[in-house]
Amino acid sequence: MINKTVKDAKAAVADIPSGAMLMMGGFGLSGIPENCISALLDLDINNLTIVSNNAGVDDFGIGLLLKKHMVKKMISSYVGENAEFERQLLQGELEVDLIPQGTLAERVRAGGAGIPAFFTPAGVGTEVAEGKETREFDGKVYLMERALKADFSIIKAWKGDTAGNLIFKGTARNFNPIMAPAGKICIAEVEVLVGVGELDPNEIHCPGIYVQRIFQGKNYEKRIEKRTVSN
Amino acid sequence: MLSKDQIAQRIAKEVKNGQYINLGIGIPTLVANYIPDDMEVVLQSENGLLGIGPFPKEEDVDPDLINAGKQTISMLKGSVLFDSAESFAMIRGGHVHLTILGAMEVSENGDIANWKIPGKMVKGMGGAMDLVASAENIIVAMQHCSKSGESKLLPKCTLPITGVHCVKKIVTDLAVLEVHPAGGFILKERAPGVSVEDIKSKTSGKLIINGEVPEMVF
Repeated sequence: MINKTVKDAKAAVADIPSGAMLMMGGFGLSGIPENCISALLDLDINNLTIVSNNAGVDDFGIGLLLKKHMVKKMISSYVGENAEFERQLLQGELEVDLIPQGTLAERVRAGGAGIPAFFTPAGVGTEVAEGKETREFDGKVYLMERALKADFSIIKAWKGDTAGNLIFKGTARNFNPIMAPAGKICIAEVEVLVGVGELDPNEIHCPGIYVQRIFQGKNYEKRIEKRTVSN
Repeated sequence: MLSKDQIAQRIAKEVKNGQYINLGIGIPTLVANYIPDDMEVVLQSENGLLGIGPFPKEEDVDPDLINAGKQTISMLKGSVLFDSAESFAMIRGGHVHLTILGAMEVSENGDIANWKIPGKMVKGMGGAMDLVASAENIIVAMQHCSKSGESKLLPKCTLPITGVHCVKKIVTDLAVLEVHPAGGFILKERAPGVSVEDIKSKTSGKLIINGEVPEMVF
């Protein structure tokens, strides 16, 4: 098996240049690549375009990259939890492309799957449809949406092996497995890294063919946005 | 006038046995509390879970288990996890039977606006546009009027819309209304103690009244 391991987050992100197009997994703060985000903060780069469902919060996740003005453009579906994001956007310091969440997921999936475009009903008749081709199929109108690809996709899994096969946990899966194939280089950070043969092939969610670099992360904070409990 | 919980309680009566349901953030989330125990329904969370359970006990809180509102939740026996592309395949593919969501405005032809206030609020649409473009039955839960007292049931939406001709039913603090296929809000039920005249004066879109309008029964 091909060994994809790199030493740590620093080694994994070292060659990401200014102006790169990145995809980052996660929904809210769940399943975000915490170690890689920290390592990116130590690089002297900017003008990044980031595809991510959300933009983190003010002091955690992608919010940290925004605060350091490393991001030129966000491509997201919901950015409501981040006041700094809203400030930069209203001041014109940041570009944002807001996309329906299902369209975002499918554009990413299509990008990794060799499908250049597809038709979806989401956004027909709204601002999202402006400038886009529409077509009617069986009496219903659909919008044409283009696939998304990235220079690097940066994802987080629960377990992985040295060949890059990945298993996710809970709702931390979200965008992570679909972003792996959509990046020219996919960097996967995992909580537990094992040798090949130690994962049950029946249980693998993301095949290692999509992953170019893998490392075991450390010190996961896994911050909770809304802690709700029952008695 | 109904409280938020009462709006949720009334909407729960629209739920049918065997349905897969997506509940939006806010009042729609409360609907789960009023689904009868003997009814088998499955709640879908767009971030990748079918079978949303109650909030966890303090010692069971798991950061890797949240709902679309980013609240910590639990799973049930038979729950299933999946990725975001799969989640929206379920939604767009029409496999989710009922969507209940909040709105800032609804128009008399069933358009809904709930994602943006130009120059003021930049949050994004999340999964709302995919949901309203696809679900076979869409119920809106909202207050009848805005905080400043303006009707939210309009001839035409003034805010950027989320979807066209998609809302089937609206439950507000004052009334239950259905959207007529040819346009207009059909007044189906009144909240206890609220008169037809009250509702008329607070509905700026076309209101259709057919005979006696009964009070809601809980």
